[in-house]
Amino acid sequence: MNAASVTTTLVKFGRFTLFLGRLVAGVPSTLRRPRLLLEQVHMTGALSLVIVMLSGLFVGMVLGLQGYDLLRRFGSTESLGTAAALGLLRELGPVITALLFAGRAGTAITSEIGLMLATDQLAAMDMMAVDPVRRICVPRFLGGVVSMPLLAAIFATIGIFGAQVVGVAMMGVDSGQFWSQMRGAVELRDITEGVVKSLAFGIACSAIAVFEGYHALPTAEGVGRATTRTVVNSSVAILAIDYMLTAVLL
Amino acid sequence: MRSQALLMRSEDCVARFDDVGYTVGGRQVLSGLDFAIERGRVTALMGPSGTGKTTLLKLLTGQIQPTAGRVTVIGQDLAMLDRRGLYALRRRMGMLFQNGALLTDLDVYENVAFPLREHTDLPEPVVARIVLMKLESVGLRGAARLLPAELSGGMARRVALARAVVMDPEILIYDEPFAGLDPIALGMVLKLIRDLNQALGITSIVVSHDVHVIERLADRLVLLSGGRIAAAGTPAALAADPDPVVRQFMSGSAEGPVPFHYPAVDVATDMLGTD
Repeated sequence: MNAASVTTTLVKFGRFTLFLGRLVAGVPSTLRRPRLLLEQVHMTGALSLVIVMLSGLFVGMVLGLQGYDLLRRFGSTESLGTAAALGLLRELGPVITALLFAGRAGTAITSEIGLMLATDQLAAMDMMAVDPVRRICVPRFLGGVVSMPLLAAIFATIGIFGAQVVGVAMMGVDSGQFWSQMRGAVELRDITEGVVKSLAFGIACSAIAVFEGYHALPTAEGVGRATTRTVVNSSVAILAIDYMLTAVLL
Repeated sequence: MRSQALLMRSEDCVARFDDVGYTVGGRQVLSGLDFAIERGRVTALMGPSGTGKTTLLKLLTGQIQPTAGRVTVIGQDLAMLDRRGLYALRRRMGMLFQNGALLTDLDVYENVAFPLREHTDLPEPVVARIVLMKLESVGLRGAARLLPAELSGGMARRVALARAVVMDPEILIYDEPFAGLDPIALGMVLKLIRDLNQALGITSIVVSHDVHVIERLADRLVLLSGGRIAAAGTPAALAADPDPVVRQFMSGSAEGPVPFHYPAVDVATDMLGTD
């Protein structure tokens, strides 16, 4: 990486930080218009439910199989519920939900805003004395921030169900042991860790999606590239933030 | 030109360019612009492609700031306005974009209602009456529940016009309002612009290439060439102007001082690789 590309990256990061400041500054005005927020929670959250629930089910079932195989070697298959719950609540739920969110809702947000830019809709709004950042970007940003913890909670819940289906119904783990050990081991801080992570991922993914859309080149290729950048940058940001938060919260 | 701008009384003009220049990336896009836009009239900004008309519109709406001179709109120096002040001024202006720029996720009714909902707390029955009245004025009350994707180009332009006038602006800016329209739709838009100007006393600023349509519509033409004002005056005055650039533009001739070819090395060098 040469000096020019380092400078470009730093400048872009600076612009992103300033843009994030504008998004945060616009939050109170969006909260005064809850209909705008609810629309975006529906668009980013409710419409992502099917993919999140299906993924949660399969991830939980794989956890059930892998966890059972691993725990069997140590003779403690009754801990399967605890292992699955902790893994899903603290790590897999927030991370995989955020990756799915970036691929489904993040790309939708970027392409929608990018197309609005390319077709002069944002310029028209600006000419009507309506700030496009406040009217278009902030509700989508806030909608993502609100949706992410809810989606992660649903993912983890369905995942635990999937692990239970495989572990109890297929592998013969005792149902009482599965649930009681889980209840005994999972603490409030485990849930808090998951919520904090998914909130952080929600802020990062939503901000990246609206930033890339708002700054896309107003051409078909420009919007396509911006959409790709949303997925790539969000994925890297999710994994980096995950490491940092895990190190802090453990 | 300078004397024209200065001689016009401030209450007679709605916008004024005082020795305005705009340079970007070392390239001078506009220079020495000195003219005023008369209140209640239709002023057309014309000129060959790439001559700075869009830049001039951006200067007029405060989207960019001039690098020289001063732009004054409704008595306010745009360089002195912060974002809040600029938005307050823009509420007194309307703009019709070339493609209409309708919000694609809202139907026709909601598109026209959009500025009212954003800027006023009017009760829904009042909003409905204003919106239907504006849609009636452009002949599209029956299309209120259609989505922008279901409209023809001419219909979209008329809906955008209804939206542009819904806040009863003092200035209405039209960016290429006739581009790509069939003769019937063009006639409708032309009639609407003229009616709005005469009935409501709105100052209209029209950017267009269509010399023949503009001659029927505008009270005054400002012809740009090479980032400067080549001529300004009534359509009849420009039609009789002996200046070669003005004559070429007004007659639509391929031959004249505005070259057909973009600057390049000579054809033999480029195609045969010879000096």
